[in-house]
Amino acid sequence: MEASEEVQKMLSSDTDILGQAEAWRRAGKGVALATVIETWGSAPRPVGSQLVVDADAHFLGSVSGGCVEGDVITEAIDVIGDGRPRLLEFGVADETAWRAGLSCGGRIRIYLERLD
Amino acid sequence: MKLDLLSELNVERSARRGAVVVTDIETGAQRLVRGEGLKGDPLAEELREYLGLGKSGLIEREGHHFFLNVQTPPVRAVIVGAVHVSQVLAPLMRNLDLDVTIIDPRAAFATPERFPDVPVVIEWPDKVLPALGLDAYTALAVLTHDPRIDDPALIAALRADCFYIGALGSRKTHERRVERFKEAGFSEADIARIHAPIGLDIGAASPGEIAVSILAEMIATLRKDRRRTA
Repeated sequence: MEASEEVQKMLSSDTDILGQAEAWRRAGKGVALATVIETWGSAPRPVGSQLVVDADAHFLGSVSGGCVEGDVITEAIDVIGDGRPRLLEFGVADETAWRAGLSCGGRIRIYLERLD
Repeated sequence: MKLDLLSELNVERSARRGAVVVTDIETGAQRLVRGEGLKGDPLAEELREYLGLGKSGLIEREGHHFFLNVQTPPVRAVIVGAVHVSQVLAPLMRNLDLDVTIIDPRAAFATPERFPDVPVVIEWPDKVLPALGLDAYTALAVLTHDPRIDDPALIAALRADCFYIGALGSRKTHERRVERFKEAGFSEADIARIHAPIGLDIGAASPGEIAVSILAEMIATLRKDRRRTA
């Protein structure tokens, strides 16, 4: 798959993220779900956008159009391990706390939970 | 999230019914509220508002923060009439990620050459619409100028509570349509839900411009809560 197609698929509104989450869990995989719950400024993806991650770091969907997915996936794998839901926050002002930042200048808050 | 809850949510999604996952983000407590099951919920008022807007959001209630993850079906559009306007309208809709179907019983109009990449059903609307399952997340535009084709589609759309219903034709044509629908037992309020003459008044002259005006009117109806002016 071409990179542009990959991005297209990530951003597509009709990608069935929740269907995939259910299918992965039923196949016995560890699965975490990340959801954008709050945004400030020019955040790249709206509230409600979701990303599903499995224990092998396969993922579908997007919470920022690519800016912070790497860090969300790393955290997701921890959540799959301990089952404790957590809140993540990303923004240009948080570069000391997070390696990743949003180049657009917005801020986002993400709820990360394990699928049990 | 419990797998059972996700399963139930996916059932609602595939049946094209609205639903909300309510999460207490401090405790992680979670529940699924179906569109029809709003009444008994402690957050019924907020849920109704968010479901109506089709948007997710964070709310505060008695010191708790709840995230309302609103799932509404993707918007679909049905165009009745494989006409010149439809040749522009259907691709425009597809560019907006709308799921489009064209229906026209006249095989000479409904050819794949005229409509590449859009499903075209060569059938009478009253035959095919029950199977398509019109609903409140569907827009329907009738463009044939032929009451034998347009009227049954409009009736199906009114009964299914489609969020947008539009009918091509002049004011005179619409007056006659209003008379027919009154005789068929529809109320004035029902009939008023038909946008006719179809499209925003942008002075559209060509088929392409009419297509733009129809699409703009459909979006204006869909996004009425976001509009700066009512």
